[in-house]
Amino acid sequence: MRIGVFVCHCGVNIAGTVDVKKVVEEVKKLPDVVYAADYVYLCSQPGQELIINAVKEHKLDGVVVAACTPSLHYETFAKAVEKAGLNRYVYEMVSIREFDSWVHADRALATEKAIKIIATAVAKLRGDKPYERARLDVIRKALVVGGGIAGITAALSLAKMGIPVILVEKYATIGGKMAMLHETFPTLDCAQCILTPLMAEVARHPLVKIYTLAEVDSVEGHVGKFKVKIKIRPRGVRVEDCRLCGFCERVCPISVSSEFDRGLSKRKAIYIPFAQAVPSAYVVDFEHCNRCGLCVKVCPTKAVNLEEKERVIEEEVGAIIVATGYELYPLEKIPEYSYGPENDVIDSLQFERILSVQGPTRGEVKRPSDGKPVKRVVFIQCVGSRDVNHLPYCSKICCMYTAKHALLFLENVPDGEAYVFYIDVRAAGKGFEEFVKRAQEHGAVYIKGRVSRIYKDKLTSDVVVEGFDLLENREIVIRADLAVLAPGIVSALDKRLAEMLKVPVDQFMFAAEIHPKLRPVEVASAGIFIAGCVQGPKDIPDSIAQASAAAAKAAELLIQGYVEKEPIVAEVDRDKCNGCRACVTVCPYGAIEIVEGKARVNEIVCEGCGACTATCPVGAIQLRNYREEQALEMVRAVMRVR
Amino acid sequence: MSWRPKIIAFFCRWCAGAAAEVAGVSRLRYDPSVVPIIVPCTGRISPSMIVEAFLNGADGVLIGGCHTPNDCHYVAGNFKAFKRVYLLKKLLQEVGVEPERLRLEWISATEAPKLVKVVNSFVDEIRKLGPLGGKHA
Repeated sequence: MRIGVFVCHCGVNIAGTVDVKKVVEEVKKLPDVVYAADYVYLCSQPGQELIINAVKEHKLDGVVVAACTPSLHYETFAKAVEKAGLNRYVYEMVSIREFDSWVHADRALATEKAIKIIATAVAKLRGDKPYERARLDVIRKALVVGGGIAGITAALSLAKMGIPVILVEKYATIGGKMAMLHETFPTLDCAQCILTPLMAEVARHPLVKIYTLAEVDSVEGHVGKFKVKIKIRPRGVRVEDCRLCGFCERVCPISVSSEFDRGLSKRKAIYIPFAQAVPSAYVVDFEHCNRCGLCVKVCPTKAVNLEEKERVIEEEVGAIIVATGYELYPLEKIPEYSYGPENDVIDSLQFERILSVQGPTRGEVKRPSDGKPVKRVVFIQCVGSRDVNHLPYCSKICCMYTAKHALLFLENVPDGEAYVFYIDVRAAGKGFEEFVKRAQEHGAVYIKGRVSRIYKDKLTSDVVVEGFDLLENREIVIRADLAVLAPGIVSALDKRLAEMLKVPVDQFMFAAEIHPKLRPVEVASAGIFIAGCVQGPKDIPDSIAQASAAAAKAAELLIQGYVEKEPIVAEVDRDKCNGCRACVTVCPYGAIEIVEGKARVNEIVCEGCGACTATCPVGAIQLRNYREEQALEMVRAVMRVR
Repeated sequence: MSWRPKIIAFFCRWCAGAAAEVAGVSRLRYDPSVVPIIVPCTGRISPSMIVEAFLNGADGVLIGGCHTPNDCHYVAGNFKAFKRVYLLKKLLQEVGVEPERLRLEWISATEAPKLVKVVNSFVDEIRKLGPLGGKHA
């Protein structure tokens, strides 16, 4: 190899501490170094020209630049090296500024260290080979998992950019949790009025294919080309034939509790989740259906088919947006609060249903246990949230929706009383603080403190809430008609799906973004994007903003039509490999498989960490340009410098 | 002139390597006896690389990796390094090399002061142990 070493003075930043002339003289003695030079500012135009001319003049086939840190100027010199006609992977850059001249004062020792650092770069470069970046085609189609407001927004946004979308929803209708809401803070828009037009629009869009009652069954492949199997449970009703006449529902003899009303009302075994459901059709609850066949007989369009079977379809997509949303923290885990409609202790989504004109009480605030009109209600915030015994984090939206609940209740029941137990009121958002004030001005009584116990007084049928008023420094007991808990927000992402999609998660199953500030909707596995509460608790505006961002990021990839892949990945010497699977076990990306008894690296999936190289007992799998022999040479090179 | 130990430091490029950059930008001072070799991940550090350093006369080997459990850029390379270092220390002891000559530390990209502290304390420790094999090279 004919290596050229270029040493930068960086003005006095390096040359002030390091004897650059001596470094140049010493590195000329390193093996394969045929040329060495120094310059005051290598990154400048003349500095780069110096490198380019030297490569040509001295027929160099490898370049080492010793200057500032590669994170600053790696790319600058890579471009220069390419301009000189060399491949960028036969160029190494090392820092003798951050790692040396800026942290040491002794000139002799700093000079010696600079020589050693350059020696490692030369040693590595001697084993470097040129590589080309691979270009992979991207399938111009996206999968969105989850049909809540985030998933709907992302799907619509992509479709409007001309990208076909598959939207997968596990429930019988899209709409998600937002469909259950009555009105939304801080504007008190009716949730249905702003959501259902979007549901209809996404269903109508020719580029969007919606699968309800569907779940992702398996995912293979990689960015640009994911093969996804989707399992679709039977609906029992042909969507295109159902006219929503409701005859089936009327004759159905089975009655079960409604998921949409969160157990506060009954539905039949053939039902429609709510009037504006999309797809707009009835659905058979096969778990509870007794196959009596009455619905089949009465259906005027013969739309009901109780023999329908589960099916699995396959789709190929280039990108996947995960928008699986949230669930409420299971209140059975907090037994001291006696959660249960029979005790008139309900969760916030149940209260939404009670407020809703389409809900179980047609919008009248009545107790679930006996239907008595509610005059006094206690709201309890941070139920499970900000609690080291349950969820240590803040669930973010509860302060605001509790203020909304109190306000809506007081508007609904003008002579009512509303009490709110809170730890802190977190109303950071446009119009939020004013909204909380408005609830308080409407008469909501805010009590700073926690609730220790809630129980149903069997004699008076009151709900007794015992808590502590921190500001008054006294215990407080409120006898109410209803208690509404604001449970913590938990991720609805299940472990299997996270593993299939290789979405990194935190200990609470919230998806971990690559960078919380700079790359908030991307995850470490390429081609996968996140939107909504799968990333963490958030309100509707944030979910929509994030979903739009996820769609934009996915579109960057899909519209460009290809991805470029760093070629610095592992490669296998099939003659050496004995198929022991050690590399398969350590690979964090599942990039290695055993084919015909030998390891094979999927270059697209490999991220180049080199764990396999460090593990292989026979040296058969090598990280390109960081091969084991190169690493050992780097070590030896340091020790050789005297 | 007093004896200066020869130390190789394998720094993960995502954490300890980045911390060393920050140390430079902040003009923090530390002992120049440590020569850094940047690795893509501490999971890339093979036992041979460490053994090779000792065989070629290094008095100490320092490894700087990402905090466990979740900081590793490549999911769990830090755990792989942890296991290898744990076993290698036992082997080093078997062949008469003080296990303290090999040290693994978690140093995030924001922990430049920690990097400086670790480097200096490691150099001090190696000074106390003296040259590898007891001879002044």
